[in-house]
Amino acid sequence: MSEMDMSYVRTEMLPEQEPPRSQTGAAKWLRENLFSGWINTILTILSLAFIALVLHEFLPWIFDSTWNANSLSECREIAPGACWAVIKERWPQLLYGFYPEELRWRVNLSFVLMLVAIAPVLFTGVPRKLLWFTAAFPVLGYWLLWGGSLWGPLMALAGFGVGAGVYAAIRPVNNLAALIAGPLAVVIWWLAAAGPVAGLLAGGVPLMLEPVPSSKFGGFSLSIIIGVTGIAFSLPLGILLALGRQSNLFIVKAICVGFIEFIRGVPLITLLFVASVLLNYFLPPGTSFDIILRVVIMVTLFASAYMAEVVRGGLAALPRGQYEAADALGLDYWKAQRLIIMPQALKISIPNIVSTFIGLFKDTTLVSIIGLLDPLGLSTAIRADTNWNGIVWELYGFIALMFFIFCYSMSRYSQYLERKLQTGHR
Amino acid sequence: MKKTVFLGSLAAAGLAAGVASATTLEDVQAAGVLKCGVTTGLVGFAAPDANGNWEGFDVAVCRAVAAAVLGDGNAVEFVPTTGKTRFTALASGEVDLLARNTTWTFSRDVDLKFTFVGINYYDGQGFLVRKDLGVSSAKELDGATVCIQTGTTTELNLADFFRANGISYEPVPIETNAEAQQQYLSNACDVYTTDASGLAATRATFEDADAHMLLPEIISKEPLGPLVRHGDEQWSDIARWTLNALISAEELGVTSANLSEMAKGTNNPEINRLMGTEGNLGEMLGLEADWAQKAIGVAGNYGEIFEANIGESTPIGLARGLNAQWTQGGLIYSPPFR
Repeated sequence: MSEMDMSYVRTEMLPEQEPPRSQTGAAKWLRENLFSGWINTILTILSLAFIALVLHEFLPWIFDSTWNANSLSECREIAPGACWAVIKERWPQLLYGFYPEELRWRVNLSFVLMLVAIAPVLFTGVPRKLLWFTAAFPVLGYWLLWGGSLWGPLMALAGFGVGAGVYAAIRPVNNLAALIAGPLAVVIWWLAAAGPVAGLLAGGVPLMLEPVPSSKFGGFSLSIIIGVTGIAFSLPLGILLALGRQSNLFIVKAICVGFIEFIRGVPLITLLFVASVLLNYFLPPGTSFDIILRVVIMVTLFASAYMAEVVRGGLAALPRGQYEAADALGLDYWKAQRLIIMPQALKISIPNIVSTFIGLFKDTTLVSIIGLLDPLGLSTAIRADTNWNGIVWELYGFIALMFFIFCYSMSRYSQYLERKLQTGHR
Repeated sequence: MKKTVFLGSLAAAGLAAGVASATTLEDVQAAGVLKCGVTTGLVGFAAPDANGNWEGFDVAVCRAVAAAVLGDGNAVEFVPTTGKTRFTALASGEVDLLARNTTWTFSRDVDLKFTFVGINYYDGQGFLVRKDLGVSSAKELDGATVCIQTGTTTELNLADFFRANGISYEPVPIETNAEAQQQYLSNACDVYTTDASGLAATRATFEDADAHMLLPEIISKEPLGPLVRHGDEQWSDIARWTLNALISAEELGVTSANLSEMAKGTNNPEINRLMGTEGNLGEMLGLEADWAQKAIGVAGNYGEIFEANIGESTPIGLARGLNAQWTQGGLIYSPPFR
């Protein structure tokens, strides 16, 4: 027996063994997360008992329920649990308000088109050319929802083209004159020319949809109209306000600071009352300044003031060196903002921007206080029906679910965006 | 979207400003639709059904006026108003008529510059209790907890009533009627107090309505009626006499069933004047001769409207009580059509 044959070292590997049961899979996870000590064990058991108790009360209510009844008292005769029949009867109202049934396809279509219009804004994978559709969507959406002649909103949009044309024509002569004449041309176009031109064009090619008055709007479509319009306009307005607040030009800065501080110092509900009540006194009697429009303007102004401060937070978080680097590259103010400052500042602000959006969307329920029938306003109206008086949880549960779907999707999108824009500095 | 709507509204504002100086009647006839302010929802008085059609006791007044003026009870644009927006909506011309269970008070009539055209429902503040509480009168409620809506006249009435009777109570402040129902049912309060019609409607929704009762005391006067702006007497006359036509129709036995028969002419000259087959009452108002016929034709006379919306055959089950015709011991009384 040579020394070489005697080995203390194993020459072949032992076969791999399964880790002990207690160190893998569910058992390990449970032990580490739920039963890692006697305090945690007690807490776990108590929590489980609590969840079981809630489900024990809650599940029978949800499932021992009825979908087929014509009134609350009928519901109670059929099943002891929830009375979903009210949702079955009233869901079109909760979604569309009083929008005429045969025209609801227009609401659906504008909702789908809205999704198409915001897709290129939200996702970079979508063809860039769709952005033209996004720009045209406000006109198209307004036309689909309110009806009437397409030429009216189209001519209003054309005002921007007229303004840009005038600006481009005068700019070679005098920059300041162009800056004044451009916006002036837009206003003159809107006040004097747009109406007659639209009328003239409508005379030739009508392009009419049956008009639907604002009083027919309600439910979630109203919330979405107010919310989406507010969101879409408050971000650009907020960015401008934030830049204005940091401006070196005294008057611009004073106006922006004054606006932001005034709007933030006033509750939204006050602004809504101003929109619904005070404006009526200022305008000539008999004027019908659309109530939804008034509300949308107020909500947008309100959200833009908050947005301005959110964006300013992002601007303040940027190192001074970024501004100096932009200057060193010889970029002018707008190029520096567009290429260097804003992309970084907005990225930092994403969570707060989306929080403001979600808050804005939920704030749309406040319009029920001024008599607009948003989902919460409708729930009062539905409960005022003798058939459904006394119903509470079913309606609020449905409304809460719908709001949760919208707000949670916004939240998920912001998380996706943050991951995508993560540049790994942290 | 904002800019385009803005433009459209500016254009509409310019157009509307040109015709705003006409009378309310001319405005309504030109628009072809009556803008009527109602509540955002009150059981029996105004609520939209599943198809978005407004129904209720106050709604019926709107429809009757629309029928008298425009000949069509459906030519109404209902504007839901809240307790806070209702008066500005009327004052600013957003609505032409407000039928929103509004109590006729001195300051609303005089200071706010409105004209109440009549009373379509005599309400009053009452008390709802559980029967097993064992009280039969509100004066026995010493030490009770009371659910009460904050910031309303009911709160003040309650304090007055308990002070006048030398008894004490513990208020449980609540915000809305729905909240009050929940609080009362979960025994957070012994008593719920608000307008008696509202209490009856609330009680009707309980699973065991028989275990609850309204106490006999009514501690305040709440005469509810439709109102219009000061300053257009023709319009307030139209609204006032449309309401009176509904009331007179019940007194004279004109119903939706025999309306067409009555309209052919009867032996009773007052019915004939009401129907427009005699005299020229319609012309005096600036309306068609058969204006009252059309108003009654929408949903019948006052009694029929009452029965259909809040009467004893409905789940709300209100007795006529004070709202019976004066000939039946109530307060509902119309001046003569002459």
